[in-house]
Amino acid sequence: MEYQGKELFRRVGIPTPRGVHATSAADTVAFVAANPGSWVLKSQVMMGGRGKAGGIKFADDAAAAKPLADELFGKVLKNEQNPDGEEVRSLLVEEKVQIASEAYASITIDRAAKKPVIIVSSQGGMDVEEVAEHHPEAISKFWIDPAIGFQPFEARQLAFAAKLPVGYHKAFPKILAGLYQMFMEYGANLVEINPLVLTASGDVIASDAKVELDDNGIYKHPDLNAWRNDGPADEDQAAAVAIGLGMSNYAKFADESGEAPKTIGTIANGAGLGMGTMDAIKSAGGGAANFLDIGGGAQAELVKNSYNLVTSDPRVKAMFINIFGGITRGDQVALGIVEALKGDDVRKVPLVIRLTGTNAEEGRKILAEAGFFPVETMNEGAAKAVALANGAK
Amino acid sequence: MAIFLDKNSKVIVQGITGREGLFHTQRMLAYGTNIVGGVTPGKGGTHVDGGSASAAASNLPVFNTVKDAVDATGATHTIIFVPPPFAADALYEAHDAGIGLAVAITEGIPAHDMLKVVATTKSMRIIGPNCPGLVSPGKALVGIMPSGVFASGRIGMISRSGTLTYEIVDMLTRAGLGQSTCVGIGGDPIIGTTFVDCLEAFANDPETDAIVVCGEIGGSDEEDAAAFIKAHLPNKPCVAFIGGRSAPKGKRLGHAGAIISGNFGTPESKLAAFAAAGVPVADRPSEIPDLLMSRLAMHA
Repeated sequence: MEYQGKELFRRVGIPTPRGVHATSAADTVAFVAANPGSWVLKSQVMMGGRGKAGGIKFADDAAAAKPLADELFGKVLKNEQNPDGEEVRSLLVEEKVQIASEAYASITIDRAAKKPVIIVSSQGGMDVEEVAEHHPEAISKFWIDPAIGFQPFEARQLAFAAKLPVGYHKAFPKILAGLYQMFMEYGANLVEINPLVLTASGDVIASDAKVELDDNGIYKHPDLNAWRNDGPADEDQAAAVAIGLGMSNYAKFADESGEAPKTIGTIANGAGLGMGTMDAIKSAGGGAANFLDIGGGAQAELVKNSYNLVTSDPRVKAMFINIFGGITRGDQVALGIVEALKGDDVRKVPLVIRLTGTNAEEGRKILAEAGFFPVETMNEGAAKAVALANGAK
Repeated sequence: MAIFLDKNSKVIVQGITGREGLFHTQRMLAYGTNIVGGVTPGKGGTHVDGGSASAAASNLPVFNTVKDAVDATGATHTIIFVPPPFAADALYEAHDAGIGLAVAITEGIPAHDMLKVVATTKSMRIIGPNCPGLVSPGKALVGIMPSGVFASGRIGMISRSGTLTYEIVDMLTRAGLGQSTCVGIGGDPIIGTTFVDCLEAFANDPETDAIVVCGEIGGSDEEDAAAFIKAHLPNKPCVAFIGGRSAPKGKRLGHAGAIISGNFGTPESKLAAFAAAGVPVADRPSEIPDLLMSRLAMHA
């Protein structure tokens, strides 16, 4: 979140506005009362667009701050991208700065170039993708050779190319150097300052901070791991981790207008097959309620927990388990599934299981005898699941 | 021929004494892969039983370092089964010892580790990481793929996914379309060998007649592949598939690289790129064999 990103900014010498991270309305009001001036109350949430969603307020004294802080704490911010919304649990109370100009600076990984790329724009405070679409001339990029690292000339080159106002020029190389140091040191996927403000008094400060860390690299920074856990993690990810899946092995999909209702739960062994499974359901006229990659072995316990996770979604009316038995034997997989789902502690929905590979025929026989619907191909399974979800017997 | 791997490739296994390493060593040997030894620091001088494929297989030498293994065996290829925190080091070690091609099976290597590895080990081809490896059917398999679905033939296959590859290859094999080489390039954001690198190799392979590109949402590898096909592969029919087309934006699906961020990595952009290159995109994997056969007939 912003307050954590700014803490990292300060560690590498990037100037940020004076402020405090407040975890209660009382703390917020007490801070404003003790520090006369104009303050911004910024909701600390993961979602973007919090200003438009009503998550940013302004207060010039404690009396004005109180009702605003009371309103913000516990408020659920929502917008089009986040229909479920996100609850505000803390505020960053920051000095209000007099803005002369707003710029944008970020460093991210360019997958195709396999290099870090610095992106600078003279149009700060806006979505950089929109700027790229409508004012490409305002954006400038530089690809860093990781073997050489960041050099100050890159910042000068970018500042001129993106036509940053002259007031930025002196501070800019130091700010980008700090940003690159942070990007590398913490193994970030993205570090972003938007806006990078030039104040009326001529200072250059990071008014907002966005840092996306690489889950795979987090083990190198146990201090940041602790930070990550105190925020409201993605619910899907938390649910996946709780049953022993990888963080991104499960995702739940919201219903969308103009599309078939999401009534079919899916489990597949492998990410590609999982994606293929949801696509096949869509092709068959249905809607996948989720993506779940159960990984290689499909152990009985994990099958059961995955099944329970997917069917905890009340929209799910039928289930499609798609297993391409490569190395594992089909009859063993079938026995595992039957064992996992035979108890009364699972919600019974019509269950279609696609099973191929070694001993798949024996596997399908076992499944049929247990009352499930075994099929041989993915298309067949998707069609059957859609029919069952729509009430077929 | 084939690309990247054939019967003469001498392969070592980094992490050979681990559970996964040994299990897959035995499977690769059973397939006919010329595995000449393995590396586990501290276990140099010992031997492992790689199964009954040959007398040598049942008594494979283990070395302390990759350099020792290369010096003793002349190994050209390596396959890496070491945990994420040590995987970058294993790749640097392979590069230092003069290995030509490294398959990194490991899932979960930090992207920044791979940024540095690919920037500094350019004389070594890296397949993966987070990939199922590669197979030249009938010749050799260096990976964790289920060997039963493959058949030797003249179709090249490149994929970002594991199980979806097996799904598609299974259909190709059933349709009588054997494969020259199948490469699983991996699902991570930073990978060593891209679609374009594989297409370039297939373009120059006289034993590959047509190519299947199995992509997924996220990144721009598919767009780059389409542009390469348009410019350089007029004579080899290509068919594509894109996994995750029904995925909503912003959800990361299993692979670290499979995410639509903003307007990047969308299926629309990939479909448009393949359309511009004249490459048909199958809506379902089951359509791929027919699409391939009709394209091959057109080119014949």
